[in-house]
Amino acid sequence: MSAPSRRALLAQAGSMLALASTSSLAATGPDFAFPGGNGARPLAKDFPQKGSMVLQRSRPPLLETPFTDFDSGVFTPNEKFFVRWHWAPPSDVDTASFRLKVHGQVERELSLSLSELAQFQRVEIAAVNQCSGNSRGFFEPRVPGAQWGNGGMGNARWTGVRLSDVLDKAGVKSGAVAARFSGLDQPTVSEGPWFRKSLNIDRARQPEVIIATAMNGKPLPMLNGYPIRLVVPGWYSTYWIKALNDVELLDAPDDNYWMKTAYLIPDTPHADIKPGQAGVTMVPINRMVPRSFITNLGAGAKLKARSSAALRGLAMGGDCGVAKVEVSADGGQTWSDAKLGRDEGPYSFRQWMTKIRMPDAGTAMLAVRCTNTKGEVQPDKANWNPSGFMRNVVERLSVTVI
Amino acid sequence: MRILAAALIGSVTATAAMAAPAPAFKSRTIELPADAAVFPDGPNVKVMTQNCLACHSADMVLDQPLLPRATWAAEVTKMRNVYKAPVSDADAALIVDYLAATHSPP
Repeated sequence: MSAPSRRALLAQAGSMLALASTSSLAATGPDFAFPGGNGARPLAKDFPQKGSMVLQRSRPPLLETPFTDFDSGVFTPNEKFFVRWHWAPPSDVDTASFRLKVHGQVERELSLSLSELAQFQRVEIAAVNQCSGNSRGFFEPRVPGAQWGNGGMGNARWTGVRLSDVLDKAGVKSGAVAARFSGLDQPTVSEGPWFRKSLNIDRARQPEVIIATAMNGKPLPMLNGYPIRLVVPGWYSTYWIKALNDVELLDAPDDNYWMKTAYLIPDTPHADIKPGQAGVTMVPINRMVPRSFITNLGAGAKLKARSSAALRGLAMGGDCGVAKVEVSADGGQTWSDAKLGRDEGPYSFRQWMTKIRMPDAGTAMLAVRCTNTKGEVQPDKANWNPSGFMRNVVERLSVTVI
Repeated sequence: MRILAAALIGSVTATAAMAAPAPAFKSRTIELPADAAVFPDGPNVKVMTQNCLACHSADMVLDQPLLPRATWAAEVTKMRNVYKAPVSDADAALIVDYLAATHSPP
């Protein structure tokens, strides 16, 4: 084989330069060490109203919170909050003409401007928003979908108005069984399925379900659903419709693609099945489950032998509060209780902190587990399902003891 | 200035707290950055670029684990049947070939 010509080399160099210029804003990011690899991701700093984020996908944007950011407190800053769109996000919001429509099985159709929406009683709630597929990249065997590490989640103080107050103003008819929500985002292909999600009417009317007009005291970033989004505390993010502009009261269960086919979990404990398992009843994903994480140390951290090491992290109960967080320095053989930080409400992250005795030099397997106020504890064994949903296995972190 | 009534929900106590006032809404326009990744060379890479990038960036594919050919075929079918991607039968076959050649387990 002959050596490549000068022309070919120049062409190659030119294409590399072109590549370099398109990705110049993407810095090296984390390697999630997913089973089977392919877990390295760049950081992106050029998405509007967002800080440095793990770039999972440019378009439609899929941005993950760098895990070290979770160590700064229970509330995730707006500019660091994860981003996930199924279709292209709206690029323009005209707040003067924006209307929230409420229609279908109602006595009075509503078309509310943002200032009319502001007339309802304002309420505030701290709540974790977590993607159904958060941590999907750790599934084994691997499954297709957004290959999240653990940063497809965030916690904010949401301010807004109760959905039930808006529904009461419209007057829900007795035949309504579900409320269906959609936002400003539209399918890229006109025949594609609009992203719409439903809650059964009883869930929709619960007082903690709100239409948020602010997040951590500030307007929502465009990529997190400006001007308003649905907040469904305790349930996965798929229901938290962004740029919400349509609420339709249905007289029959919603059979649209996003409810009937997508976002389904096995109706089994921990949504856990064996790969290829047949005859499984599938149901729409719903409530979240307890999780906990160490945030002040990363994999491979070096700790002093026979020292008392400070550990800190976050926990969530799922759809209720955190009752207990325990830590282990021997891979889960023995556990000790951590101290819990300030309680920001049952749907919030709760910080925990403790000190734990390090063993002799070598490797130590740290572990953390949460028990929620319903008595549910994180499982020792990871769940598996074909969509990679609801992971909440006890997290383990290998550290070097010197 | 109007003091807005506030309620703290989800709290076990009856303590009322001030909810932050409604923000002033301003019209907004955003521009998203260009795609950060391109499809690496492989058989039919041009067909990949012509079809797949209409709806999503290349990293959606490149970030996936190595998947067997049958799984890739099912993904391409989902893109066509569910998301209505206007991909011809001929191009769909070429796309699966590319994915199986470049992004499948050995």
